[in-house]
Amino acid sequence: MTRKRRRLLTVVAGMSCLGVAVALMLNAYGDGLVFFYSPSELESHHVTPGQRLRIGGLVEENSVVRQSDGLTITFKVTDLSKTVPVSYRGIVPDLFREGQGVVAEGSLGADGVFMASNILAKHDEKYMPPEVAAALKKSGRWKDGAGPEGVTKP
Amino acid sequence: MNRPPHQISRMSLHRFANPTRFLRIADAVSPWATGLAVLLLAVGLYLGLAVAPPDYQQGQTVRIMFVHVPAAWMAMACYSLMALASAIALIWKHPLADLSAKAAAPLGAGFTAIALVSGALWGQPMWGTWWVWDARLTSFLVLFFLYLGYIALWQAIDDPTRAARAAAILALVGFVNIPIIKFSVDWWNTLHQPASIVRMNGPAIDVSILVPLLVMMAAFNVYFVALLLWRIKAEIIARRVRTLALARVEPEAGA
Repeated sequence: MTRKRRRLLTVVAGMSCLGVAVALMLNAYGDGLVFFYSPSELESHHVTPGQRLRIGGLVEENSVVRQSDGLTITFKVTDLSKTVPVSYRGIVPDLFREGQGVVAEGSLGADGVFMASNILAKHDEKYMPPEVAAALKKSGRWKDGAGPEGVTKP
Repeated sequence: MNRPPHQISRMSLHRFANPTRFLRIADAVSPWATGLAVLLLAVGLYLGLAVAPPDYQQGQTVRIMFVHVPAAWMAMACYSLMALASAIALIWKHPLADLSAKAAAPLGAGFTAIALVSGALWGQPMWGTWWVWDARLTSFLVLFFLYLGYIALWQAIDDPTRAARAAAILALVGFVNIPIIKFSVDWWNTLHQPASIVRMNGPAIDVSILVPLLVMMAAFNVYFVALLLWRIKAEIIARRVRTLALARVEPEAGA
């Protein structure tokens, strides 16, 4: 009886210590575990031009422009409070659309334009048939402009 | 018969941990679990592949979800079960607890592999990449290696009692990864989208897609139970064979 209780206490204490240790470790890593920065975070982090990093957010509506060379596109990434202009030369994924999530890998130019070398599309956690999406938009229950929630984080 | 109270409570505690009783229950449940798993899988695959509508953004590719999500869910559920069984084995020394954890490990590793591969196949057309080192994908890969390490540890130590102890501690230590996987998409910016089913405000999936998904998840759960019962049975029998072999060797050695 007492031996069982002692083993129980050992396991509980061991798991608690481990949990606290891991929590502290993950907390200390902080930014290192982040896959991308939002435009607001980019501003507060004082990124030096040329440093490689990823930025993520929504592709701003009506911001995608295909340049005359046919390969380069420019668009703006927004987290709804700040925006970053992005330039990218290459093929974008199927899900790359205005109002949708995107992650761009590259570096910030001296002129403030983010030069992307790789573009990844990010979709949200919502799944629905096209008719439902159309009906939601028609009835005005679609958060237009705000985009689907959960894509950007402050 | 008047048993002293402490003996009665011990009886009830060990009621389901008694291997003979377990074999009897498993034999009764197994055919039903197997049949139900086949039925649910058939219905779930039909609903998912033929009935469910395409997604408004992802089109037909969304159907990968009907395999990917149940597999990922089972990978985490199976590990949680192993950690629980390991704790019971360490603390209360139930004879079936470490056998259950050992029997579950290869199944969990299989589910993890399915989730990783189907996720890569989904990521390539949708995200534009097979793999990224974001918090969700990386922690899930760690889960796969935890399973492999757990299986390897059992193989590496000859004495079953010591192997069980070491493996149980590894399973418990590795359990910290489970909440990290679950909440990685909330704690850090990840390419992987946040939770769709278990989240505040309820599921973010339309009913027409959610129902086939839930049927597939039920199918994977029952399939896991059916396989697990078979594997625990095999482990019990293997242990009995071992005991019998030792009993035959020992008198000869003593003579």
